[in-house]
Amino acid sequence: MPPEKDCREIVKEIVERHRHRKAPVLPILHDIYDTFSYLPREALEETAKLLGIPTARIYSAATFYHLFSTEQQGKYVIRVCDTLTCHMKKSREILRAIEEHLGIRVGETTPDGLFTLKTTSCIGQCDKAPAMMINDKIYVSLTPEKVIKIIESYKGVKVNGGRE
Amino acid sequence: MVEENRVILKYMGQIDPESLDDYLSIGGFQALRKALKMRRSEIIGEINESRLRGRGGAAFWTGFKWESVAVQTRRPKYMVCNSDEGEPGTFKDRYVWETVPFQVLEGMIIGAIATGIDYGFVYVRGEYPWIYRRVEKLVNILRDEGYLGSSILGSGYSFDIEVVQGAGAYVCGESSAILESIEGKRGGPRVKPPRTSVVGLFGQPTLVQNVETLANVPLIIKNGGKWYASMGTSSSTGTRIFSISGLVKKPGPYEIELGSATLGEAIQLAGGVDGELKGVIIGGASGYIVPPDFLNMPLTMEDAERRGISLGSGVIVPFTSDISVVDVVLNTMRFFEQESCGRCTPCRGGTREVVEIIEKLVRGKGTKEHISLLKRWGKTMMNASICGLGKSAPNMLLSSLKYFRNEWESLVG
Repeated sequence: MPPEKDCREIVKEIVERHRHRKAPVLPILHDIYDTFSYLPREALEETAKLLGIPTARIYSAATFYHLFSTEQQGKYVIRVCDTLTCHMKKSREILRAIEEHLGIRVGETTPDGLFTLKTTSCIGQCDKAPAMMINDKIYVSLTPEKVIKIIESYKGVKVNGGRE
Repeated sequence: MVEENRVILKYMGQIDPESLDDYLSIGGFQALRKALKMRRSEIIGEINESRLRGRGGAAFWTGFKWESVAVQTRRPKYMVCNSDEGEPGTFKDRYVWETVPFQVLEGMIIGAIATGIDYGFVYVRGEYPWIYRRVEKLVNILRDEGYLGSSILGSGYSFDIEVVQGAGAYVCGESSAILESIEGKRGGPRVKPPRTSVVGLFGQPTLVQNVETLANVPLIIKNGGKWYASMGTSSSTGTRIFSISGLVKKPGPYEIELGSATLGEAIQLAGGVDGELKGVIIGGASGYIVPPDFLNMPLTMEDAERRGISLGSGVIVPFTSDISVVDVVLNTMRFFEQESCGRCTPCRGGTREVVEIIEKLVRGKGTKEHISLLKRWGKTMMNASICGLGKSAPNMLLSSLKYFRNEWESLVG
């Protein structure tokens, strides 16, 4: 949700919140990501300035990690695990069901900006495979039918509301 | 019938993991109180006597690691609890956090006192956000109750913990890449030597330990190294929590005394598989794919080593004849292509080449030479990559070429 406050103001608040840490960069990037649903260029530049480190260094970290994105994405990012046990337990069928239901392919965002579909490396839910994440919520023991119901349950959610 | 011997997961589902009172009621922090009355060398002595080995995958001797940090005189010294657990098929550390999270933190505090460490980090993978929030909460509780901060329980020892959330990168489970990540950089591994115990986080001496390893520490201090070493074999003491998944009927974490069960018995413990067992993946994506001949292998580090494999992080993934070995290897090599940090050529280029060759073979466009090329690529990656990721990425490929060669050869007619 793009907040009304100026991006730089928000980043400043976030940086101040974590300045006491010995390892502030990842917590700051997480908070920026949670605020904007991606890492805007302007926010990264401001972070670098406030921390007194080169923008290139922040940018190289921001682009390295799979859970971050420097490009705008859907409000809900669906990450279907397709590694080892999930793969053996037919995660491809889960993916296909989502692709057909939402009319998008892996890597794409629905035209209404609600969902982005991605695959992910192992998310440590192998005992309840196949599994996926939607933002930071975990869903396990998926079937093609179950996954459609889960995705439908997100559609009714108010745009700025939480999931619960 | 073989049974579990739950030492770490003894209270799974029976206590509230976030309640300090619950943890105290099962003897929590007795080990810390005992350690505060011991000399540093005595604490390390108990760990040495326990013959505990790291549970992250490399199975390094914990006592030796502690000694090598304890002798460092440069300050500050840091500790990192590695909770990145990204090895495909691994979920045992998650269950440790779901059961006795305070025990992991107590293990960190004891380790810090024994080795003269000032400050610690818990690095929780980004895919476990609720664990990250929990650890933050528990660290705050411990600080309020005097178990962390300056002069722990009035002892004069000071130690504090900061929690860091990863953001999705398999390579960050590597012991030097995790340090780069905490420092706010890309998670690229460092060239060793120097070892992280000498030049680690922010250039300072650093002790990096896995979650399950640390959870063992309070048990060892409370009951003695001798007690711990009485479980298991002489080179593989204690228990290990095996993450058993794949096509077994009852997937889950199984805490097994090392040497008390064979691979086959562990699979039976998890309900066995429906249909005919074709093979087992041991150690995760960076592990090995082996045929049923391995079922009589006792689950110890030395028995695995003798057969040319490794238990890694304790992953056991049995599969049936419905599964194509080539498909599993291709999926795994795509995983490594995705997760390679790109710093060194054998790993960056090797994973890509291997994926392309396998795809060619699967499309029926391959030849016998492609199969030998896969082996050569595998050996090159193993010999020439900088870090454990690149070195171990071809393990599954190479073991499949050894044990399931007919599946590969059937692709070239």
